[in-house]
Amino acid sequence: MTFALPDLNPVLPEIFVLGMTCAILLIDALFKDRDLTYPLTLFTLVFAAAITVFTSVPQVQFTFGGQFVDDAMADVLKLMGYFATLAVVVYSRPYLVERGLYKVEFFALALFALLGMMVMISANHFLTLYIGLELLSLSLYALVALQRDSAQATEAAMKYFVLGALASGFLLYGMSLLYGITGTLELSVMAQLLQAGGQDQMVLAFGLVFLVAGLGFKLGVAPFHMWVPDIYQGAPSAVTLFIGSAPKLAAFAFTMRLLVDGLHPAVEYWQGMLAVMAVLSLAIGNLAAIMQTNIKRMLAYSTISHMGFLLLGIMSGTFAGYTAGMFYVIAYVLMSLGSFGLVVYLSRNGLEAENIDDFRGLNSRNPWLAALMAILMFSMAGLPPFVGFYAKLAILQSLVGAGFVWLAVVAVMFSLIGAFYYLRVVKVLYFDAPKPDAPVYPAIPDVQALLSINGLAVLMLGIMPQPLITLCTYAMQMTLQ
Amino acid sequence: MIEGIDLGVGLLSLAIWLPIAAGVLILATGGDDKSADGQRTLALLGSVLGFLVTLPLWTGFDAATSAMQFVEVADWVPMFNIHYRLGVDGISMPFILLNSFTTVLVVLAAWVVIKERTGQYMAAFLIQSGLLNGVFASLDGILFYVFFEAMLIPLYLIIGMWGGPNRVYAAIKFFLYTLLGSLLMLVSLLYLYFQSGGSFEILIWHRVPLTMFAQTLLFIAFFFAFAVKVPMWPVHTWLPDAHVEAPTGGSVVLAAITLKVGAYGFLRFILPIVPDASHEYAYIIVTLSLIAVVYIGLVALVQSDMKKLIAYSSIAHMGFVTLGFFLFNPLGMEGGLIQMISHGFISAAMFLCVGVMYDRVHSRQIADYGGVANTMPRFAAFFMLFAMANAGLPATSGFVGEFMVILGAVQVNFWWAALAATTLIFGASYTLWMYKRVVFGPIGNEHVAKMKDIDSREFVVLGLLAICVLGMGLYPLPFTEVMHTSVDNLLAHVAHSKLAY
Repeated sequence: MTFALPDLNPVLPEIFVLGMTCAILLIDALFKDRDLTYPLTLFTLVFAAAITVFTSVPQVQFTFGGQFVDDAMADVLKLMGYFATLAVVVYSRPYLVERGLYKVEFFALALFALLGMMVMISANHFLTLYIGLELLSLSLYALVALQRDSAQATEAAMKYFVLGALASGFLLYGMSLLYGITGTLELSVMAQLLQAGGQDQMVLAFGLVFLVAGLGFKLGVAPFHMWVPDIYQGAPSAVTLFIGSAPKLAAFAFTMRLLVDGLHPAVEYWQGMLAVMAVLSLAIGNLAAIMQTNIKRMLAYSTISHMGFLLLGIMSGTFAGYTAGMFYVIAYVLMSLGSFGLVVYLSRNGLEAENIDDFRGLNSRNPWLAALMAILMFSMAGLPPFVGFYAKLAILQSLVGAGFVWLAVVAVMFSLIGAFYYLRVVKVLYFDAPKPDAPVYPAIPDVQALLSINGLAVLMLGIMPQPLITLCTYAMQMTLQ
Repeated sequence: MIEGIDLGVGLLSLAIWLPIAAGVLILATGGDDKSADGQRTLALLGSVLGFLVTLPLWTGFDAATSAMQFVEVADWVPMFNIHYRLGVDGISMPFILLNSFTTVLVVLAAWVVIKERTGQYMAAFLIQSGLLNGVFASLDGILFYVFFEAMLIPLYLIIGMWGGPNRVYAAIKFFLYTLLGSLLMLVSLLYLYFQSGGSFEILIWHRVPLTMFAQTLLFIAFFFAFAVKVPMWPVHTWLPDAHVEAPTGGSVVLAAITLKVGAYGFLRFILPIVPDASHEYAYIIVTLSLIAVVYIGLVALVQSDMKKLIAYSSIAHMGFVTLGFFLFNPLGMEGGLIQMISHGFISAAMFLCVGVMYDRVHSRQIADYGGVANTMPRFAAFFMLFAMANAGLPATSGFVGEFMVILGAVQVNFWWAALAATTLIFGASYTLWMYKRVVFGPIGNEHVAKMKDIDSREFVVLGLLAICVLGMGLYPLPFTEVMHTSVDNLLAHVAHSKLAY
């Protein structure tokens, strides 16, 4: 029996990130020098991006016996993932330093989580998918609990862990049922087998229910959304920033791989489930967000509604819908990075800028930061000329194109409700007078520069959305050819 | 209809982007008020330049054709077939000039009055002005929508930042109300995209056959979007709040321009895209318009707040516009358009007059005034002229449009005309009664006694508007000439059914 090494080319970025993360852990243990860890993390992310770009080929590549796939969608999402992690690391540094959390654990866990996302994004096998998911989830549980002596954070971590484990159980049960009727765990093979037909439809639908429920947990869509607000609020802001951004890319890829790559023949089963989940998320997310006074909690509910919108794109079951979904998730990650980034950036001098009230009169204290926040809020509300508008437009277009006009109407009506709480933040920024003891914020150059780029990207991609749309369309074409 | 791609920067692009660029430039000079003088000058420069670049649109306009002129086409989002497509006809062109002209007045009117965050105030108005020009010049559905929505943002900030005590409520109400309408329109735009085989070009949509069912739904969606903006009874309730709380400049732009966007939408979208539904449901629009004219006129009569009174009078006057459009005859439609322009001048002037008094006494209540003529004779003269124009006195612009619409209505239904004509009574009652209580009589209190007459800046602003009001009242021909061909073309288009079965 000969042993052939699998083609390692498509997994080079993963191998590199894994190696570097271990190296960072070792180097930190040896030198005890945080000033080394931070630049090494940044280097890892930038270099991984370079590797991803240079190993990218237009074709779909399978390796490890079909367990791992590298395609254009994976490359684009991974690149976005590197950027998101990089932004998180840069935005959080002052926050972590001030709170004594500036330790190697944050960076190592973030990188491990990133690795988990990368594996998920490239998974073509139930087990690979599951390993990636667990790597991501376990890193996130630990990150939430990073602030050891904070009762709130510990509670959030426990809640996250228990509910996450439950969701993993659902997912595994659904997978085992599907394995039972098809006899394979490989997604592309499963798609072929289901296409051929002959399976017990009852078991298929039953397995799908569990799978979609697990998926719903991980995406944080209603009715499996309960953990989202508590964890967003309880975790340290820097960790919320991370949870709220990059993992959404992986969650999107996860949904695409499972439902579109693997279970597309069962589209009529999951379409209805996704539609119900999407509408519920839009309703609960937007309505509950109105009542929040804590901005992290408000943004958590807004995340729920955004994920609902994202599901609508995938649910339409068309190429345009998948492309729109990808565009939406990238736009969302940009907006989420910016808004949570600002929350983290303004949490200084012992103050947690957690309440919406803490932003009062920001315009008269720091007009530029207020303008950035306003851009992000308007974009999240889906107003032109910001990128959030095109994200919503693309989804709505795919819905109308697929004949779901009523769903489009429901979606825009909930956007209207959603506009209210985003407007309220803008109101606080611009219309209210600052609190007398409100701090002024001296600029931290590198953080402020990246935040500005982030905010302006939301504006510029709104005025000129074509490059990003082209990229998403290309990626989808190459992936689903 | 549209050929040739112009790669150079066209006049319409300049009209849109020059004010926006000026606004961004002002913002870049900093948020503090140390550089306020420079920012004011920059704003004036930007607005005057913005107005000057729109003048060739008038002088170079060919009134003999109904085709789109000054057309610019460029790719914008090719994946969705969205184009940067601009052009004007006789219906839209006057509003671009009106808007740019109003912006100059607004900048002048705010010169010394706005003392806090002057730069942001001026910038908001300039950006708003550019976006409004974009609304009138867009020939692509999504481009139109982008401008249509984006213009809410500066206005929201203007009302909320520089408005009165209840400004936050008014700003949010204004925003959500108008957003409600436009989101339904967005779905309609997407529906039309698929019906027309993948095009967002408005002129192509004019030719797309649609079933009566589709036309009805589209009519409802578009009607919501534009009726809220006009605003028509019963979706008008945001307007009095927004007007009362907005700073003077905000009220002026709101009344003079943004209301016109709604009426313009009727002509650009509803009538040509769903002509059969428009005929079918014309009676609804006519009824609502007549309610606005009569009922809102009566509501205006009992107002104790001057701004609120003018706001209600705006709703009544806009009722004339929508009434004129749905008479389906040239007199009515041109009358409606003339009324729109005239109302732009008159409402701007009325709000500026209230602003002049408010700057001195800081009250909008009629009861807080009395005998203003004694201390401000020059101002009283101007105010008199504008009040008369608001009441529709012949020889002012207010008369022309209303008279044309009433004449048009007589051709269709005598009773409609009779009801519409009551506005001449109500309009005169509420305007002149307010004028009497504010301006005539003995000096009401010591605040009025201390009022100083208008300075040269205010004189210029009101004088310019007086010229417009009188000029248009005495010689409206240039205005009707410009729009005549386009209106005839639109009416001919609307007369043909485009029903698909």
